[in-house]
Amino acid sequence: MIYSDKVMDHFQNPRNVGTLPDADGVGQVGNPVCGDMMTFYVKVKDDRLTDVKFQTFGCGAAIAVSSMVSEMAVGKTVEEAMAITNEKVAEELGGLPKNKMHCSNLGADALHAALENFKAKAAGETAGPTVVADHAHGHEAEGAPEKCPYCEGPVEDAAGMCSCKKCDLDLVECGHCHLYTNKAETHCTHCGALLES
Amino acid sequence: MKRVYLDAIAAAPLAPGVLEAMRPFLETDFGNPQSLHSDGQAAAEAIALARERVAALIGADPAEIIFTSSGTESNNLAIKGLAQAQRARGNHIIVSAIEHASVLNAVKTLEKAGFTAAFVPVDRSGRVDPAEVGRIIRKETILVSVMAANSEVGTIEPIAEIAREVRLKAPGAVIHTDAVAAAGHVPLNVRSLGVDALSLAGNAFYGPKGSAALFVKKGTKIVPQIEGGIQESGRRGGTENVAGIVGMGEAARLAAETMPERVARMSALRNRLIQELPRRVDRVYLTGSAERRLPYHASFCVEFIEGEAMLLSLDFKGIAASSFSACTSKSLKVSHVLLAMGLDHTLAQGSLIFSLIDSTTSEDIDAVLEAFPPIVERLRDMSPLYTQFKKEHGR
Repeated sequence: MIYSDKVMDHFQNPRNVGTLPDADGVGQVGNPVCGDMMTFYVKVKDDRLTDVKFQTFGCGAAIAVSSMVSEMAVGKTVEEAMAITNEKVAEELGGLPKNKMHCSNLGADALHAALENFKAKAAGETAGPTVVADHAHGHEAEGAPEKCPYCEGPVEDAAGMCSCKKCDLDLVECGHCHLYTNKAETHCTHCGALLES
Repeated sequence: MKRVYLDAIAAAPLAPGVLEAMRPFLETDFGNPQSLHSDGQAAAEAIALARERVAALIGADPAEIIFTSSGTESNNLAIKGLAQAQRARGNHIIVSAIEHASVLNAVKTLEKAGFTAAFVPVDRSGRVDPAEVGRIIRKETILVSVMAANSEVGTIEPIAEIAREVRLKAPGAVIHTDAVAAAGHVPLNVRSLGVDALSLAGNAFYGPKGSAALFVKKGTKIVPQIEGGIQESGRRGGTENVAGIVGMGEAARLAAETMPERVARMSALRNRLIQELPRRVDRVYLTGSAERRLPYHASFCVEFIEGEAMLLSLDFKGIAASSFSACTSKSLKVSHVLLAMGLDHTLAQGSLIFSLIDSTTSEDIDAVLEAFPPIVERLRDMSPLYTQFKKEHGR
């Protein structure tokens, strides 16, 4: 099995699946093109998360991550919940396969988006819009990566042409999320944005 | 719990009798077929018989068969070896957009070496239009390669019609077909197809993994890709995988012998899946052609949910299937085949394939039909896309 027992448990018996019609904050991250999409709903009372619900389109890891995030967030203060990171979630799940770390491990981002939405509403922006987290959160344009995003092989950067020596993919920087993605694709495999040819 | 194995496109068990046919060549008759002594000659004779049987499966002469280690190697040898041999005549290659990675990546390597490639599109059913090949072909086209059938969507391609079109427009071009998914499962004859080269793999028709072959028509030049000794008439070096070749030969004999009965039986089981699944679950779509289809193959896209989540859920119920969603591939890329057929990314993420093996029973199909609807329901209940769909349609 490619997943830990804990991941499989959360996939089989996900906690807190659903929607909250009277949510205080709603946030969404990802999109179906890259394979995973998560929506989080939060209820906040006296600065504490009294209820968290989620819906996820995606693989086993994405579902388990969402479930784990919801479990970690319930009962926390807003500040504590904002401190939950994708890395901590993966750790709590007993680790995730390398190639799932970026694409599927977005639960904390979705939770944070819901909390930002809550804060905006609380600040007086009544019925504030659902916050859509930037999938590129934390990724700035930094030039070519050292490792291939697909196989972790060494990346060669010559005269603006970036390619992985191991899986022989030409890589190109996505204008939207600034991650390096397969040049042969029409859409970025990380965020789903259309790649400019 | 009895396992229901419906992932023939990934692996299949040996046909009964194949292991027994192979065993002596791993134990007592272990000689090297290149040796002059009796021990070596026993192995050489066994290979000669296997060569006849593999040739017979596709209507070729034994001398036209080159044994290799995998379908991937056969495709590499065909694409690179045939193109390199024709280099003096031109540099233009045509392949379909839905070829296996072993063809597409070999073409990519040739492009870096100065060849140019054109990719012939497919329609919504995954079929290559022979007239489209005729439109993009040029007089400097030296190689055309279209697969006999696609393992992701089951569609059987009109190879004979494509070959006729090629002969008409570019008589000098060499025609190859990757028949790994088709050989041993549907009748194939290299003469009536009109091809110059054809790849097939023993493990795809109940032979052992590591056994494959490339048919190259007499008189067609090919540049070896594995250089070494004079094995396979100098076209593929390396000590012969005697047991594997013998196993492939026996599997080829059995495949030819049992084909009519097997095609009828498996098509009927497959048709139940194709007819019943969309009846039991809303918004499940067959991918590939309904008519021109591999007998063992039923492939779908399930809307609003993702393939890997379905595979894991089916596995819990004892059912093995496969998917070509982005999350199920190590490269996290969605299937190039489904995108080439015009499916959108979201629907392609719901890719699911049931591919039957010889021992698949009617009860196995019942098990899938029973297990599948609640799996889809559970995953859709979790899916924001389904919630959105229900809202928009007032459900």
